[in-house]
Amino acid sequence: MTAVQDTPALPTQQAETGGRPRLLVALTIITPLAVLVGLYMALFNARTDIDQGDVQRIFYIHMPAFIGAFVALGGTVIGGIQYLRTRQVKWDTLALAGVEVGIALALVNLITGMVWARPIWNTWWTWDPRLTSEAIMVLTYAAYIMLRQGIENPEQRRRFAAVYGILAFITVIITLVITRIRPDTIHPVVIGPSVQTDMAQGAFEVAATSGVRAALMVNMPVWAILVPITLMWYRIRLENFNQRIQALKMKVLS
Amino acid sequence: MKTPFLKAVLSIVRKDIQIELRSRELVSSMGLFALLSILIFSFALELDRSARQEAISGVLWVTVVFASILGLNRSLAMERDQGNLDAMLLAPIDRVAIFFGKLAGNLVFALVVGLLLLPIMTILYNQNLLQPWLLLVLLLGTFGFATVGTLLAMMTVQTRARESLLPIVMMPVALPVLLAAVRASTNILTETPIADWIAWPQILVVVDIIYLVACYLLFEYVIEE
Repeated sequence: MTAVQDTPALPTQQAETGGRPRLLVALTIITPLAVLVGLYMALFNARTDIDQGDVQRIFYIHMPAFIGAFVALGGTVIGGIQYLRTRQVKWDTLALAGVEVGIALALVNLITGMVWARPIWNTWWTWDPRLTSEAIMVLTYAAYIMLRQGIENPEQRRRFAAVYGILAFITVIITLVITRIRPDTIHPVVIGPSVQTDMAQGAFEVAATSGVRAALMVNMPVWAILVPITLMWYRIRLENFNQRIQALKMKVLS
Repeated sequence: MKTPFLKAVLSIVRKDIQIELRSRELVSSMGLFALLSILIFSFALELDRSARQEAISGVLWVTVVFASILGLNRSLAMERDQGNLDAMLLAPIDRVAIFFGKLAGNLVFALVVGLLLLPIMTILYNQNLLQPWLLLVLLLGTFGFATVGTLLAMMTVQTRARESLLPIVMMPVALPVLLAAVRASTNILTETPIADWIAWPQILVVVDIIYLVACYLLFEYVIEE
């Protein structure tokens, strides 16, 4: 089987939108606007938290960005499982896009968390279970990219990447649940049940301040759905173009 | 007619142990590395009495991890280089039996090195490491490393980068095991009350089970040719 047979055909009817499907054009416009609306809700509409002051507003980006990373990395697992079942290249492309977008959003989550922790915990970084597990998570996906680069045979690369992408998701799940199973974390749990007593530093009541719930309701879908999906879509398109160029190069050379 | 599962696993383990008994290649290189490592650590850390209690479990586990990586690379590269992997794939056995066979072999070698380290470190660092709880944590920890290590080493020996790729790929995935093991051993060695650290061996058991199931399900995709 040659690479030419795998070449994704470029649909011709999309010429008037610069080769982009209409939904992607719509997302390209909606997502930045939605991020701006989210920022407005977080920075101006929500009232200032009585304990933490303005620094609490970081939360409106901080947690939704992690959920966005979770969605993107979940896409990697789906891509991996589907690739192992069907052996279609498109699923591997989805997995790769998921990892890259997932790392980016996890870094947004980590950096916003560090900025918040400096005034609230009085340190940029502490080896708390939650922080440690997320650092491990980012390193694992960095290793995923190293693994891909280390394999030359494309079929083998896709297969191994699928296996590692599924295995690596365990670190995401650990990061997600660790504040709920380990009572000694200082990372606050704001939403949902928790076993925490008085260890957590910097928790706040969602219902206590007006506008908090509204800001969360806007930012959550923006960062958890719109941002990862738009970025992943562009990354998948980039990869498809890349594969097309490779295939055309092969064709010209042969 | 397939060979029964358990019989296939046992014969792979027996083969590995027989090769090892004749060549002594794996355990001797792993053991020598481990010995050098704890000597280097004792010079590098210039340990005094109180710092030693805190650092000793870290030294133990870092040494065990790197010795395991050394052994895993050799153990699976050997299968591939001498064409034995192809032979096992052709054999009428369940493919998962290859995983469990190699896992058991790697676990035995890692455990042998770990068990050799405990008395040596007891002498060199002047602290009693031969405690029943520590033996249990050693077993659980090496089991976790051997599980992910066998799957990932089977992948990396088939790549171009080979030996250099396994530590990069394995360390982050094995970190939950390492963390729980180090925390548990530190607490055991500082003689903290059992209620304060019993959660760590429990986490270790849970992580081991999760990894075992995940690696069991994923292994057959790693060896198809």
